[in-house]
Amino acid sequence: MSTNVEKPQAADVDRPTRLRLYQLMVELRDFEQRAYELFLENLVRGTSHLALGQEAISAGYAVAMRPDDYTFCTYRGHGHTLARGASMAAAMAELLGRGNGMLHGKGGSMHLTDVKHGAMGSYAIVGAHLPIAAGAAWSAQVRKSGQVSVCFFGDGTTNIGAFHEALNLAVIWKLPVVFVCENNQYMEYTPIRSVTAVEHPAADRASAYGLQPILIDGNDADVMYETARQTIGKAREGGGPSLVEALTYRHGGHSRADPAKYRPDAEVREWLDRDPVKRYRERLLAAGIGEAEVNEIDTRAQQKVDAATQEARQGAPARVDEIERQVWSDGGAAWRN
Amino acid sequence: MAELSFREAIAAGIAQEMARDPMVYFIGEDVGAAGGVFKATVGLFERFGPERVRDTPISEQAIIGAAMGAAMTGLRPVAEIMFSDFLATCWDMVANQVAKTRYMTDGQVSLPLVIRTANGGGTRFGAQHSQSLENWGMSVPGLKVVAPSTPADAMGLLAAAIRDPDPVLFFEQKSLYGVKGEVPDGEHVDRLGSAKVLRNGKDCTIVALAAMVPRALRAAEKLEDLDIDATVVDVRSLVPLDTRTILGEIVKTGRLFTVEENPRLCGWGAEIASIAADECFDDLDGPIVRITTPHVPLPAADVLEDVAMPSVERIIETVRKSMR
Repeated sequence: MSTNVEKPQAADVDRPTRLRLYQLMVELRDFEQRAYELFLENLVRGTSHLALGQEAISAGYAVAMRPDDYTFCTYRGHGHTLARGASMAAAMAELLGRGNGMLHGKGGSMHLTDVKHGAMGSYAIVGAHLPIAAGAAWSAQVRKSGQVSVCFFGDGTTNIGAFHEALNLAVIWKLPVVFVCENNQYMEYTPIRSVTAVEHPAADRASAYGLQPILIDGNDADVMYETARQTIGKAREGGGPSLVEALTYRHGGHSRADPAKYRPDAEVREWLDRDPVKRYRERLLAAGIGEAEVNEIDTRAQQKVDAATQEARQGAPARVDEIERQVWSDGGAAWRN
Repeated sequence: MAELSFREAIAAGIAQEMARDPMVYFIGEDVGAAGGVFKATVGLFERFGPERVRDTPISEQAIIGAAMGAAMTGLRPVAEIMFSDFLATCWDMVANQVAKTRYMTDGQVSLPLVIRTANGGGTRFGAQHSQSLENWGMSVPGLKVVAPSTPADAMGLLAAAIRDPDPVLFFEQKSLYGVKGEVPDGEHVDRLGSAKVLRNGKDCTIVALAAMVPRALRAAEKLEDLDIDATVVDVRSLVPLDTRTILGEIVKTGRLFTVEENPRLCGWGAEIASIAADECFDDLDGPIVRITTPHVPLPAADVLEDVAMPSVERIIETVRKSMR
C-alpha cells in the first residue's frame, strides 16, 4: 500500500504571509544553530533535540493558527514554541538552566511551554501528548470556543499505542484537532521504514480511522501553510480531525549525543539540497522580492538571536528555592501538615 | 440524614458537583447509559445527558490524556478507570504527564481533574482485578491520593476532590460499594488531607484505610474483651497526609499498628511508620507493627484471598501478641 505525495495549490500565498513564513523559519534556524554552538561551549547541560531542517512545518502551521489555538509538541519543540510567539531569551535561558528561563529551570529543553501564547507544552514521552491534545480539543468543542488544537509528533510516534487511541477518540468525538506527523525518516537512530509495517507511517494509517491520507512535502513552507489553513479550517468548522504526514529531514542527529553517522552521505546531501530555508529564500527572490528585503530579514533574525543569547547568558543560575515551588496550585510542595 | 450505599454516595457526589459547576464532565468506559460496571454512576447519564456523561472506548491512555487536556484548558473532568489495575496501561499519563506538568511548566498549567477507580480485593477477581494500588499514587510527587471508607466520606471527599485545583486519584474499594451508611442531607463537601479518629482508646493506635477501616473497628471492639483499648484512625487521604492527627493519636497511646491492603513492600503504612519513628520515637512504648497483605499477587480463590488480606482475626491476633 502506498500513498502519493500531494501538492496542494500554493500559488496564492500572499506576499506578507510569505515574508512572515520566511522570517519565522530564519529565526528558528538561527536559534537552533545558536543552541548547538552553546552546547559546544558546554553551556547547555543535559540533552537537547534540535529541529534544524524542519522549520517549514513549525512556521507553516504557526502562521495559519489563531492566537488562541493550542500547540502541543514534543521534546523537539524549540521551534514550535517560539513560532507561537514565546520569548526567545526565556527559551534560551531555560536551555542554559538560568533563573530567567521560561520555566525557571524546572523544565529544560524538552519541556518548553508558553501557555499565554498557546504553546501548551513540549512532551518528552513519545505519544503522550496526542491524547492530551485531543483533550484540549474536546474542551474547545464543549466550550464552543472555536479553538483548534494542533499536535506535532515524529514518525516514531506512529508505532506507539497512544497514537492510535488518540486518533480513534478524535474521530469518534469529531474533535477540532490536527495531528501533524513530522516524518524526518528516523525514529531515533533507526530508519522508520525498517520498523514500520507501511511505507508512510502516518498517511498509510489514516484510512484505519476513516481519515483522508495527507502526505505532503514538509520542506515547502507554502505547502505547509496551505495544508495548515485547510486542516485547521476544517477543524474549526466542525469537520473533525485531520492526520497530516509531512516529509522532512533533520539536519543533525537525534539529540546532542548523536552525530548521525548512520545516515548515508547521498541521502544527507539530497535532503540538504531541499533545505526549506534555502529553498524558500530562492523562491522569494524568484517571485520578485528584492534581495535587500530578504537580507534585512536575515540580519534582524541574527540580531534577535544575539540579543536573546546575551540576555540568557546574563541570567543568574536557577534559584534553589524553586525546587519546592509549583507542585500544587497553592504554589508549594507540601504533602503533609 | 439519608441512608445511601457507598455506590449511591459516589453518584450523589458527582451529581452534586455537576449540578453546581457546568465545567464538570464525566468520562469513562461504560459510564453512560450502563451506569458503570459497578453501578456507581447510575442516573448521571439520564440527568446530565450524553455530552457531559460520555462513554469512551477501551483506551485508558486516551481517557486520562483527554481529561488532562481538558483540565488544562478550562474543564474540571472526572475520569473513571474501571479497575485500578488498568492504571498500569495509562501510568505514563498519570505519573509522567498529569503529575508533573504543573511543576515542569512552573505553574503555567493547572490540572483540576479527578481519576476515580475501583480498587482492592475481597471480590475473588484474581491478581489483575484486585490490586490495592493507592501506594503507587502516593509515590509520585504531584498526585493527591484519597481512599474513603464510608458512604458519607465517599460523597464528601469526592466532592472535595472535584473542587480541588490539583489532580486527585480517588480509590473506591470495590468491596465497600454495597455498604450502607448515613449521608448528610443537602450539600456535602469534606476536606482533603484530614484523617478521622473513629474510636478513642488508651492502649494502642490502629491506623487503617478504606476497606481496612471497618475491619480495624471490628477488631478494636473484640480487643476490648481482651482488655486492650484501641484507638482507630481512618487515614482517608494519603496525600495530603494528616500527620498532625495521626501522630497525635500515636503519642496518646504509645503504640502504632497499621492495617494495609497493599502488598508488604512500600505499602503506605511504611511511610507512616517511618514518620512516627522519626518524630515520636520517645513516645513509643513498643515496636511499630505493620499488618499487611503478604508480598504476593493476590490469589483468586476465596479461601486464599481471605487469608492473604488482613482480616479482623489477624488484626486481633497481631495486636494481642504484640501488646502482651
